[in-house]
Amino acid sequence: MNATLVEAVNDALHVAMEADDRTVVFGEDVAESGGVFRATEGLKDEFGGERVLDTPITEIGIVGSAVGLAMAGFRPVAEIQFSGFLPPTFNQLVAMASRIRWRTRGEHSAPMVVRAPYGGGVRALEHHSESLEAVYGHIPGLKVAIPSTPADAKGMLLSAIADPDPVLFLEPKRIYRTHREEVPEGDATVPLGEAAIRQSGEDLTVIAWGSTMNDTVEAVEAVEERRDASIEVVDLRTISPFDRETVIESVKKTGRAAIVQEAAKTGGFASELIATINDRALMSLEAPVQRITGFDVPIPMLAMEDYYLPNPPRIEEGLERALDAEGGV
Amino acid sequence: MSKPIGEPAPAGETSHAIAECTVAESTDMLTRYQLLDPDGNYDPDTVPDLSDEDLIELFRWMLVQQIVDQRMVKLQRRGEMGTYASGRGQEASIVAASYALEEQDWLFPYGREAAALLVQGMPLRDLMLYWRGVEDANMQKDHGVFPPAIAIGTHIPVGVGHAWGQRLAGEDAISALYHGDGHPSTGEYQAGANFASVVDAPALFYCQNNGYSISAPFEAQTGAASVSQKALAWGMDGIRVDGNDPLAVYDAVRQAREHVVDGNPTIVEAVTYRLDAHTTNDDPSRYRTDDEVEWWERREPLSRYRSFLESEGLWDEIDEEAMRAEIDDWFDEAKAAADAYDPGGVEEMFRHLYDDLPAELEDQLAEFEAFLEERPDAMDYIEERPKR
Repeated sequence: MNATLVEAVNDALHVAMEADDRTVVFGEDVAESGGVFRATEGLKDEFGGERVLDTPITEIGIVGSAVGLAMAGFRPVAEIQFSGFLPPTFNQLVAMASRIRWRTRGEHSAPMVVRAPYGGGVRALEHHSESLEAVYGHIPGLKVAIPSTPADAKGMLLSAIADPDPVLFLEPKRIYRTHREEVPEGDATVPLGEAAIRQSGEDLTVIAWGSTMNDTVEAVEAVEERRDASIEVVDLRTISPFDRETVIESVKKTGRAAIVQEAAKTGGFASELIATINDRALMSLEAPVQRITGFDVPIPMLAMEDYYLPNPPRIEEGLERALDAEGGV
Repeated sequence: MSKPIGEPAPAGETSHAIAECTVAESTDMLTRYQLLDPDGNYDPDTVPDLSDEDLIELFRWMLVQQIVDQRMVKLQRRGEMGTYASGRGQEASIVAASYALEEQDWLFPYGREAAALLVQGMPLRDLMLYWRGVEDANMQKDHGVFPPAIAIGTHIPVGVGHAWGQRLAGEDAISALYHGDGHPSTGEYQAGANFASVVDAPALFYCQNNGYSISAPFEAQTGAASVSQKALAWGMDGIRVDGNDPLAVYDAVRQAREHVVDGNPTIVEAVTYRLDAHTTNDDPSRYRTDDEVEWWERREPLSRYRSFLESEGLWDEIDEEAMRAEIDDWFDEAKAAADAYDPGGVEEMFRHLYDDLPAELEDQLAEFEAFLEERPDAMDYIEERPKR
């Protein structure tokens, strides 16, 4: 089927619910209205009100009850309407979901998925645009996945639902409907924990994920054309556990790296990637690794958000910096 | 906020009719359900339908709670436990509520209910391991026991989700969420209670209102006069019961369970008192008076129940000293087993975090093991560091 990213999410939910009647989908406005982005459209009609339901407006209740439901043998797929509403659930993610297996020595587990649209760029209000993937990636026991293409969105969500551990599935809402591609029918999974090489290159490795991927590819094309450079694009896809091998192999090959993240600069996931590159590929580096990031401010409301987001010109500038920088080992 | 001595908790009037103590029915929120008054008087017609054997077992389990509490505190003082939360004073509310549950029910504890976990089938050895900080103690799936909720309120929405799953699976079982009077102050409790009433979760919210959350008296916890009355706002029912009266607690939880298993979450609030410290790290003399503690010592549940057993002619069948000796022996055996238990090496820290160990964690484990091999002084340091 030819689908947008959000249509692919919807397709994955249909496939998962059809395949396993333990799958239960719930959250705010997911049943009657099909979700504010229509990600859960049609599910209630097909699978009924016991398996697809609108909950009270309580993110704590949604994530906390998903843990208990998972322990009771179900496969909850809970939606948090916007990633900015995830912080109230932080205690449940830290104290419960992520460590049920560990603290019970494998007796119990919480095979659950929490889906949330994340990131800015859709002209939203406050608290709708947060990119806190590094914060959640820091929680041992919690997997964090971020697709950037329709086919990955479907395949990775199916893997997340089948995963025996809790997965936070962040969906880049800015690119929910910006492009279409062919998405395989049926139960076509894409593994978690594996990065994808979106295009291969020789001179520079660019690492990006989710919401910034389309802008990154656009910037890469512009720089390649202007500079006659060959740039490798790595789509990280899973923040935790992340694919160190693919990142390191690529950097060893090109000798240069740049990382694009929408999140604020300080303590973001780009910092973790740079630390890993320092650990394992320092001697291959020809120049310091560059970052193109948001600023250390909250993501602004709609009037100012375009100043914040790392747009293609800013990414291009960062890539040029990475190609021009000197001072490697 | 001062608390008048002699009226340590807003305990309220008593009634022998459960409907009058059910907040949905009553106009007086503070009425408590009571069958056995503090002097041991009771109306024989109101005694729950329990066999003589069960009535004696209730006493034995209360004695278990008392002895386990005393001996665990001693072990902690000797440096053989991390810390411990005693349930002394709450023996009736701890034991009688769990005795009213069915074998297939799940118990989500909060930490101060040793005997409830033992009634549910948890081995005493494992209870000791828990307080020694060994995660293996939490392997209690077969006994329907969840690990204690140390972060206040965290187990409430999880227990609600579990109960919801029990209903969806068509099980004839409930989840009993033990908690204290501080838990309803949290957002997690509010979210869980409200959620439970919406999804018709067979969740029993079992509050032991023991007067304090560490040092904060109930009046500092909420402006409400009781925990049970909060049920009304969440569309649930609430029952207030004398928590030092084992017969009333048993009967209230038994009746509440019938209501809960049909998908009607309910709060049962047992009004009791914690006679010991919050945990072995706490000094309650800083925040409560001797007079208050003595007032409650005179109302402690075991003596009240002893006089009931005497009136029923059952006391002659009980040899308390022999019962105590038997529980002491059980404790000694469990302690020997706990002492002999090997909690494993560093690999235990890495195992079980994920179903499938990620490569990075494998590397971290391998590197650490190699380091310990190379530097035995690091292992000596870990083993020899004082544990108190």
